[in-house]
Amino acid sequence: MIDLDMSGLLDDPTTGVIVCTGAGGVGKTTTAAALALHAAERGRQVVVLTIDPARRLAQALGLTELDNTPRPVIGVDTTAGGSLDAMMLDMKRTFDEVVLSHADPETAQQILDNPVYQALSSSFAGTQEYMAMERLGQLRTQAVAEDSWDLIVVDTPPSRSALDFLDAPQRLGSFLDGRFIRLLAAPARAGGRLGVRALGVGMSIAGATVGKLLGKQFLLDLSTFVAAMDTVFGGFRARADETYQLLKDPGTRFVVVAAPERDALREAGYFVHRLEHEGMPLAGLVLNRVAVSRARISADRARDAAESLEESGDRHTAALLRVHADHAETAARHRRLIRDVVAANPRLATVQVPLAGADIADLPALRNVAEALTTP
Amino acid sequence: MSWHGTKGNPRLHIVTGKGGTGKTTVAAALAAVLADEGSRVLLVETEERQGISQILDVAPLGTEETEVGTGLEGGEIYGLSIEAGTALVEYFQLFYRLGRAGDLLQRIGAIEFATTIAPGVRDVLIGGRIYEAVGRTASQTPGSRRRRRPGDPPAYDAVVVDAPPTGRIGRFLDVTGQLANLAKVGPIRSQADSVAALLHSPTTVVHVVTLLEQLPVQETLDAVRDLSADGLRIGALVVNQARDADTRRAVDLVAASTPDHDHLAAQLESVGIRTSASMIEGLLQTGAEAVERRDLEVSLETAVQDAGHPVLTLPHLPEGVGPDAVRHLAAELAAQGVTRGGTP
Repeated sequence: MIDLDMSGLLDDPTTGVIVCTGAGGVGKTTTAAALALHAAERGRQVVVLTIDPARRLAQALGLTELDNTPRPVIGVDTTAGGSLDAMMLDMKRTFDEVVLSHADPETAQQILDNPVYQALSSSFAGTQEYMAMERLGQLRTQAVAEDSWDLIVVDTPPSRSALDFLDAPQRLGSFLDGRFIRLLAAPARAGGRLGVRALGVGMSIAGATVGKLLGKQFLLDLSTFVAAMDTVFGGFRARADETYQLLKDPGTRFVVVAAPERDALREAGYFVHRLEHEGMPLAGLVLNRVAVSRARISADRARDAAESLEESGDRHTAALLRVHADHAETAARHRRLIRDVVAANPRLATVQVPLAGADIADLPALRNVAEALTTP
Repeated sequence: MSWHGTKGNPRLHIVTGKGGTGKTTVAAALAAVLADEGSRVLLVETEERQGISQILDVAPLGTEETEVGTGLEGGEIYGLSIEAGTALVEYFQLFYRLGRAGDLLQRIGAIEFATTIAPGVRDVLIGGRIYEAVGRTASQTPGSRRRRRPGDPPAYDAVVVDAPPTGRIGRFLDVTGQLANLAKVGPIRSQADSVAALLHSPTTVVHVVTLLEQLPVQETLDAVRDLSADGLRIGALVVNQARDADTRRAVDLVAASTPDHDHLAAQLESVGIRTSASMIEGLLQTGAEAVERRDLEVSLETAVQDAGHPVLTLPHLPEGVGPDAVRHLAAELAAQGVTRGGTP
């Protein structure tokens, strides 16, 4: 088993971006926050971009409102000369800002008011992933321009699948550049009926059908939207590709987070293969919330002893042995699952974070997580 | 009060919950209880994850209803994976007699377009397919336009939907709100209106699955509040993967004792366990953490109980889920009063 040297990774000045990915509910946000805190207290200038933090963790980071602006985290030890800012992604606002920064005020307003834009910017499956990448790009530019942060830690959206983070931007790009949306938008640009005729009968049936389904107003809104977006971006797909390239940058490192459960580990396995296939820099796998037996007594032995003590001894000690037996059993199950994932990915570096008693909701608790992450 | 907490006799059961809480398993177990003797239950998947087929260990579900198992009391369970693209093609064929034009639409990307432009359209199509299955009668075939005969019983005695997670459930069920600005008229709009009417009727209840962990409980309470505000009926709150009574009792005993290294060591030695300082320390730490987790769980459980809806509790099954586990959980649900009840 190869140990993931997280401490070295965080201290390495060439590490500029760390992306934490994994299936939903495995502790990505906590991992991202713990890594950022650790790096900041080791002297780096860090900003952490979170997507959807648990309420109490958000409070611990001072993220009381979703305002898309990085703010200093209170309570960070800055004696090593580092700093930590944190922010929460506001997907719609990020999209709005992209539009506002690329278009003249009149065109921008036209886009922002368009119903198709409003649907797309607030609910298109994949917008959140795309905007997380977009915001990452913005933070990088800002960091360079202002010479502010030297490390950006990114949490990824709570997708159904970790792969969504990589696929969604291109899906949004190819959707906006797609043949069909171009076709529907065509009349407004090519001058009404002429455009439709040029595209052939089959196409016009399709256009008419969508018109029937969603109403004529929709088609009008759509073509206005596409025309306005075109003047702003040229090609949306090209922009998505550019953002995607950012992730292949040598200063970027991916950290895949998984809980020791079959589904989460399978998901992590897919993601690891995908990163390798795409030539993206994978630092390793964080196995989060791993139960570790703290006393060398097997579950069976502990249960036998508990039974004896229940007959002739202290039932409190018996109860403690039963609690240990349950825990030892969970630990054994986790060990088996981890052994399998390591066997399937022999070159994968891993680090384990033990299961904590309660929720991680303040800086001392985050420091404990960081401690586990940086000591293999 | 009924197990679902509503006065009616609901036939459409929407199951949601934070991702990772086991809502697919709970949906399958619920279907198994509702499929009592001589009845037919449809178990529906809405996110194309093939979670149901994995849990029930059957071939991947398709867009046609197929039998996937039998209920606890011998009824039939049918499975269906609703896919928005197929639902749209079916819809075209049904309402526009488009026939092979559906293929053309597929080729030029129209289907992808209509189902991705806004999840709203996608959700209306999925909702529409559920609406059709709930309203269909025994003598009708799927998608047929034949009028229902008076007195004809429904094709399914209950429909259980493995719905999107709590993060997306509000949008998924708010089919009309999502389309408000996008499609003001047209058949998709009227389809949305019919679906909304069904979802807000006493026929429908929404069950929320949670674990006794901070985030799932928080999302459950948020969902209960938001969905109720939207006029939907909340059914049961299902606490999944709960610790069994023996474990709880043991943790309670540990909490009630004062840690004493020497006494603990003597007790262990008396049953032949050779102890060391680090072992004693480790045992006490394990105990302390279990007590800490229990305290958190108790407060979370109280919060769930106080939400004002019936609570069902299902045990943790460490061996993982499969057809046997589903039956086990179904029996648990039945023991807690879950039944299809009344005849429609």
